[in-house]
Amino acid sequence: MSTSTAHSVVEPSRLTRTIAGTLVIVYALVTMVPLAWIFLTGFKTPPDSISYPPKVVFEPSLEGYVNLFTTRTRQTPDYMASLPPPQTWYEELVRSRQMVIAGPSKFGERFLNSVIIGFGSTFLSVFLGTLAAYAFSRFRVPLADDLLFFILSTRMMPPIAVAIPIFLMYRTLGLSDTHLGMIILYTAVNVSLSVWLLKGFVDEIPREYEEAALIDGYTRLQAFVKVVLPQMATGIAATAIFCLIFAWNEYAFALLLTSGTAQTAPPFIPTIIGEGGLDWPAIGAGVTLFLLPVLVFTILLRKHLLRGITFGAVRK
Amino acid sequence: MSQMQISQRAADRLARSTPHGIARRVRGLSDKAIAWLFIAPTIVLLLAINVFPLIWTVYLSFTDFRANRINRAVEWVGLRNYERVLTDPDIWHNMLVTAHFLFWTMFFQVLIGFALAWLINKNFRGHGVWTTIILLPMMLSPAVVGNFWTFLYQPQIGLFNYVISFFTGADPSSFQMIGSVNLAPWAIVIVDTWMWTPYTMLICLAGLRSIPDYIYEAAEVDRAGPFRTFWSITLPMVMPFLMLAVLFRSIENFKMFDLVVELTSGGPGSVTELASINLKREAFEKWRTGLSSAFAIILFVTVFGAANIYVKALNTVKSR
Amino acid sequence: MNGYRKTWAAVLCGTMLGGFATTSAQAQDITLCWAAWDPANALVELSKDFTAETGIGMKFEFVPWPNFADRMLNELNSGGKLCDLLIGDSQWIGGGAENGHYVKLNDFFDAEGISMDDFAPATVYAYSTWPKGTPNYWALPAMGDANAWFYRKDWFSKPEIQEAFKAEYGRDLAPPETQRELMEIARFFQGREIDGKTRYGVNIFTERGSEGITMGATGALYAWGFKYENTPGKYDMEGAVNSPEAVEALEFYKELYKCCTAPGYTDSYMQESLDSFKSGQVAMAMNWFAFFPGLYKDEQVGGDKIGFFVNPKQNVEASTLGGQGISVISYSEKKDEALKYIKWFAQPAVQAKWWSLGGYSAHNSVLNDPGFKDSQPFAADFLKAMGAVQDFWQEPAYAELLLAMQKRLHDYIVADQGTAQEALDKLIADWTETFEDEGKL
Repeated sequence: MSTSTAHSVVEPSRLTRTIAGTLVIVYALVTMVPLAWIFLTGFKTPPDSISYPPKVVFEPSLEGYVNLFTTRTRQTPDYMASLPPPQTWYEELVRSRQMVIAGPSKFGERFLNSVIIGFGSTFLSVFLGTLAAYAFSRFRVPLADDLLFFILSTRMMPPIAVAIPIFLMYRTLGLSDTHLGMIILYTAVNVSLSVWLLKGFVDEIPREYEEAALIDGYTRLQAFVKVVLPQMATGIAATAIFCLIFAWNEYAFALLLTSGTAQTAPPFIPTIIGEGGLDWPAIGAGVTLFLLPVLVFTILLRKHLLRGITFGAVRK
Repeated sequence: MSQMQISQRAADRLARSTPHGIARRVRGLSDKAIAWLFIAPTIVLLLAINVFPLIWTVYLSFTDFRANRINRAVEWVGLRNYERVLTDPDIWHNMLVTAHFLFWTMFFQVLIGFALAWLINKNFRGHGVWTTIILLPMMLSPAVVGNFWTFLYQPQIGLFNYVISFFTGADPSSFQMIGSVNLAPWAIVIVDTWMWTPYTMLICLAGLRSIPDYIYEAAEVDRAGPFRTFWSITLPMVMPFLMLAVLFRSIENFKMFDLVVELTSGGPGSVTELASINLKREAFEKWRTGLSSAFAIILFVTVFGAANIYVKALNTVKSR
Repeated sequence: MNGYRKTWAAVLCGTMLGGFATTSAQAQDITLCWAAWDPANALVELSKDFTAETGIGMKFEFVPWPNFADRMLNELNSGGKLCDLLIGDSQWIGGGAENGHYVKLNDFFDAEGISMDDFAPATVYAYSTWPKGTPNYWALPAMGDANAWFYRKDWFSKPEIQEAFKAEYGRDLAPPETQRELMEIARFFQGREIDGKTRYGVNIFTERGSEGITMGATGALYAWGFKYENTPGKYDMEGAVNSPEAVEALEFYKELYKCCTAPGYTDSYMQESLDSFKSGQVAMAMNWFAFFPGLYKDEQVGGDKIGFFVNPKQNVEASTLGGQGISVISYSEKKDEALKYIKWFAQPAVQAKWWSLGGYSAHNSVLNDPGFKDSQPFAADFLKAMGAVQDFWQEPAYAELLLAMQKRLHDYIVADQGTAQEALDKLIADWTETFEDEGKL
């Protein structure tokens, strides 16, 4: 019977494709609903955000974003009346809620901390990873397999378990709640991924290129810098983005080892509260700003995603 | 997975490491020096930030040290911390909660992830774009996402209950996803499944695409029906990939902390208190450093042991 | 490739420099750490005078309550230098003193002529002394506080509501005098239609993560006569912690939670209490006095729509203590400036302004002022509450003791596990273990 059908097993029929496509699209749309809701909530007013039933259609407002970046205090009508007219649109918005802006919020600082620690640790882990990956790929290193496995196994520790001695160590060294401390820590966590991924990329570069360069009179180092590195550019970029996303999203270490100076955004965002009651539009706005870079990176990275999430074990 | 890959690599390294030794030595640093120069920083960093702390944790686990009492004399207590952890009914309860979470998240993620991959592999028009969209949740920060899901789960103002009531007719305020004892364990499973199904999907997709067409063509010649083809070709060929996905996700979910702590903080009561959450409470809220070090070591040994057994099983499946 | 690497390096250096530039504070600035809530905003306003007088800039690090204890105790235990001044919770005083986090203030008080007799005795006892009741001071009382209640005065005064209540309970609808009356009123409002919307009875603390459910349930426990020990200082908890009165009180709190709260408030603390009240869901709610100035000013439910009452008695008059003292952190490099702040803060004129801005002064010159009781609609209740406050353990191991109580209470009240008797028995076992570890038993 199967031989008499018009299509082969390998080439699915038009109908099959349509059904498959519909199902996948339905799933994709459903899976997007929470993200869309976060995005929309950022543009609601606080009363709209907690209305019952939830409002899908609403008048957009930037109040969430204003609240995200400012701290405000509630004042009496008499005091409000005594103020000069508002200078800016956001002051006007805040005044309409019987409040005045007391100053900037901590969100900007925390976001900047995320950027500093994210980029710093990414740079270091990719730098170290590139060197180690090249060495593992090209030279005969004694106990190479054991070392590689050891590098990977460090990733299996529950973060809280490592955090106990790190906490003690950092306290002694004065690294608690510093940018440097967090950069070192995230580098250590990311370097395993970086070595494994980059080794895969170096393995794919034919050795003939370097050998030709060596014969042309380059030293090993020159050959590495001038021949191998340019070939690794894509791999390095992909690895860097993976490291960056990890550092960007990390929560447990940041929660336990930072308090004010070097705290990153993930432990901070859930603590955004409004003036009496949770300020969901401000949280929505903060989450949107925080997730946006990752969304962009994910789209850029989609071809290498598989490799990244499996430590290079599965390639396409 | 690591071991199976390493063993292959070791073989081809041996095969190819012989011919080139001629050109090097001549100028600049020797290869050996470069190799060590390149590897040493990474190893030193890992020794300092991973191995040294691990050894320290092992030491602390035999003492009654408390990190918030620097001035107190530290006493060696032998195996008492381990005994206390292993006989603590609350910790066994955490383990059960973790097992429930692990089993059901894996179950749904494998099922839905595989189904999705299978559908996407039908190569309908525009599948690339939709695949990318499906992948988005897993790249996001679990803590931030968990925090926002508490809003979605609010009984009256949240979207989740409203959508459920729209389809079932139940009153949206009649059930509480993260507040009730019966539903909270499922609330965390739902969010984790939402977030991580793309992961298994992506790996399964790679597995499906690795099956060469000629195998299907041969099956067709043999007049194998679609179910036969699925059971005896598709599934076995994808199995190693699927198991790899389960390995990585299980390790991650065993360590799970951020998503659930922001979502339920272990409540109501201790219904969703995973092992990591309690570990954090013991270590950084109660400051029983010695006891929590023992707890941490037990968790680490569990993950490490289970992962190793699993990799062996994976290799057997792969070699079949 | 080189260009690529250079770009990376440039980005890195740029961001690092930017970061350090923003984090390196001016030498003169001091940082004050506290919880993020209404009074903190008032303190920012108040502190502007300090900067104007002394030229010392003030920076603030405010952490929301659910994370406050966690974050700050972690900061102290890691020897952090983030805070020069800390307005820390009353229960931290034991740990702060014994572990050397706080600077002892006796010499400073003597030198500057600051007398603890000028502050309300209950606040000095709770916020400043360790060991309890001895003249060893580790903080200056900064913010008096207790847990109390507020209600919808506008609903209570509706004739049809009053009639319906009288018909059902045979007495007039008024703020409750006892805990049992509170439950009756809550039950009366539960599910009732008012102004076309379904309303609920009450909001009570049920939060699991930090201290919420303990602070809420002790309001009932203390009112039934709950004690931590049979003999103070002996840690003999059997028969005190699990007394029949304690069991009854806990059963009461659970029943109140089950019968009369709005759906979805299974993890409710300060913010959620405000949410439920401001959105018009509940007729009554518990919260700290600290929020009352803000509630009274609220455009939706404030003014003449809101009334306040002190925690109702049952067997005894009692309220759960909140509030904090201000301490100087021993790891700070700017202790002198920090002490200057405390000296300034202790002045009667500053204390008077503190109260007018919405902070709760503990200074006698403010509290004993004849006009105090009428200065705010909740001022008289505040004085009454502070006359009968009780606090949780203030032991150095307080966090451990609190976590145990959070778990046992939440397991019983919200997660429906076991009985009240079992919950309290288990709590004694937990606490005994802690005190044994401490070498106190």
